[in-house]
Amino acid sequence: MGHEMGSDWVRLVVGLVVVLAFSQLNALFLVWLERKVAGHIQLRPGPKEVGPFGLLQTIADGIKLVGKELITPATADWKLFIIAPVFVFMPVLVGFLVLPFSPQLILRDMNAGVLLIFAFSTFTVLAILAGGWASNNKYALLGAVRSVAQNVAYEIPLLLSVMSVVLMVHSMRFAEIVQAQDKLWFIFLQPVAGLIFLICATAETNRAPFDIPEAESELVAGFHTEYSGMRFGLFFLAEYTNMFIVSAVATSLFFGGWQGPFGFDLHIPGIVWFLMKTYVLIFVIMWVRWTFPRLRFDQLMNFSWKVMIPLSLANLLVTAVVLKFI
Amino acid sequence: MAEQLREPVVDQIYSLNLGPQHPSTHGVLRVLLDLDGEFIIKADPIIGYGHRGHEKMGENRTYKQFMPNSSRMDYLSGMLFNHGFALAVEKLSGIEVPERAKYIRTICAEMNRISSHLLWFGTYVMDLGGFTPFLYAFDDREQILDILDSVSGSRLTYSYCRFGGVCKDVGTDFVDRTRAFVKRLLSRFPDYHNLVTKNIIFIHRTRGVGVVTQEQARQFGVTGPNLRATGIEYDVRKAEPYEIYDRFDFNVPVGSKGDALDRYNVRLEEMVQSCRIIEQALDQMPKGDYHNESAAFKVRPPKGEVYFAVESARGQTGYYLVSDGSAFPYRCHIRVPSFGNLHVLTDVLKGTLVADAISILGSIDVVIPEIDR
Repeated sequence: MGHEMGSDWVRLVVGLVVVLAFSQLNALFLVWLERKVAGHIQLRPGPKEVGPFGLLQTIADGIKLVGKELITPATADWKLFIIAPVFVFMPVLVGFLVLPFSPQLILRDMNAGVLLIFAFSTFTVLAILAGGWASNNKYALLGAVRSVAQNVAYEIPLLLSVMSVVLMVHSMRFAEIVQAQDKLWFIFLQPVAGLIFLICATAETNRAPFDIPEAESELVAGFHTEYSGMRFGLFFLAEYTNMFIVSAVATSLFFGGWQGPFGFDLHIPGIVWFLMKTYVLIFVIMWVRWTFPRLRFDQLMNFSWKVMIPLSLANLLVTAVVLKFI
Repeated sequence: MAEQLREPVVDQIYSLNLGPQHPSTHGVLRVLLDLDGEFIIKADPIIGYGHRGHEKMGENRTYKQFMPNSSRMDYLSGMLFNHGFALAVEKLSGIEVPERAKYIRTICAEMNRISSHLLWFGTYVMDLGGFTPFLYAFDDREQILDILDSVSGSRLTYSYCRFGGVCKDVGTDFVDRTRAFVKRLLSRFPDYHNLVTKNIIFIHRTRGVGVVTQEQARQFGVTGPNLRATGIEYDVRKAEPYEIYDRFDFNVPVGSKGDALDRYNVRLEEMVQSCRIIEQALDQMPKGDYHNESAAFKVRPPKGEVYFAVESARGQTGYYLVSDGSAFPYRCHIRVPSFGNLHVLTDVLKGTLVADAISILGSIDVVIPEIDR
């Protein structure tokens, strides 16, 4: 890498700025989209007053959040309490480093990109646990405990389903995984893994019907009960950015990334394909949220340990055996 | 000292205040839970946060002045509470009610029952985490509120009944709108069933959850849909038909196991039965007076006492009035269904999970201001 030291640095700095800007804009857009989707599913128009189609509503809400007082409960462990929202957002940004938006637009195509993204997404749990614990609130603690148990349970099938894909490509490099799908997307070759991945990704991002850690009708607001203002905003931002990242990873691993379906070249830029597929997946996640009720905690754990993990293990085994003999 | 150290250092059981400010306690209920992890060891509902002294107020007001109070006790079935109070006073003082008024009251009461059940349906599914059915139900409920608003002038606290009739006649507009609404609601049920009743997550969250046995129901005085879900076919409208309920053909839906799913099914079926009653009543409604003009403006019932029970949306609602011959009741006691329905929770919640506690509490359908009065 030494031969192009200068341009490498420029690339990094520009990349970071773009990533930060993109993650904010994306979150703003997703919150708007979520409210619009929810509105139309629920036979109402959703936000429509601020800006065209209510597009600026989230900005108005964001400004309100920034202006709110940051309350730290008197009995809280204030150091952890302040650090937790920062910690929850930081690892999310790392994900953008390795996401393959198009053949040219990969900030760093690391040879362990897949591993990196999942390693860092595990950080989020730590931050949630820290936030819930530091709040010194029983609801927050219950939410945090649930979150840890849930994430541990769902990380295993998630990674196992990813392993099936990695086995097929013999690489953890995102670019190579996407390239390998130029004829046929992996969702057709690995439908079980794809489905498991989507379900576990929903659980990983604490989205309904797996939004147990923040189940608002049970635990008030779960782990972020005590958070206010922009600290709460960061948890919120992280949730939506996380949603983008898991959808983007699903797009790269199972839906052909920047490529059109079945090798058709429709002269659409790769990034458009990529974002299109990602946002369609995000829409599906939202659709599920506004349709289903929430699972109960023990049912959620049973579903992971008794259904998802055996299924993903079997899928991995079958993949390995089939690959061995062809 | 050494002996004490052998004791476990950390007590595994902790207590959690569920409410009075909690999104799912529907008002100001506080349940003090003793938890072991997420399992409930002991549940203690604490009531009284919404106490306004309605019964005492009744003693200081004329009978007519108490009418608005009655719909403020259970603000979700105000018409039914009005109706019960009017019937009790009419029985006590022997006031005749014109036929047309009886029909109007019954239609409005059944509409109110549907609106109460619709609200319950929406909030219950929301307690379980499904947000969308809530707005569907409110969309339908809004129609009822508009219709009742057009006849009574208010959307929740109607005070529509008078001793000897109702305060205002209804026009053909009311009849048309009510018919249209019933048709619309019946066409919405397939949606509800597809969205909620057949949903696998919903079924898993409710089946076998919060079983109230017939014995428990008897012990705690559980009435209404909660009692019928246990399999006991008791509905005041059938058991002791008041007003004109003996003229209609309707069923009393019952469950078999007494779990949350049964309570859900009973309430949904009750809405269909209420629609049947409304349709029949609209067909039979005669022309004539809507109010008995000979009834005294200021009611002075003769000395005596009366207990009159009606079936409100939540169960048996009884008015016990004692008259000393003056224009003010000597004693005005109200038997509300939610009290018994809520306190059966002390038995039912034991050994369940926190998430189930919310589900069970929601499925019981309590209105706290009705208990606190």
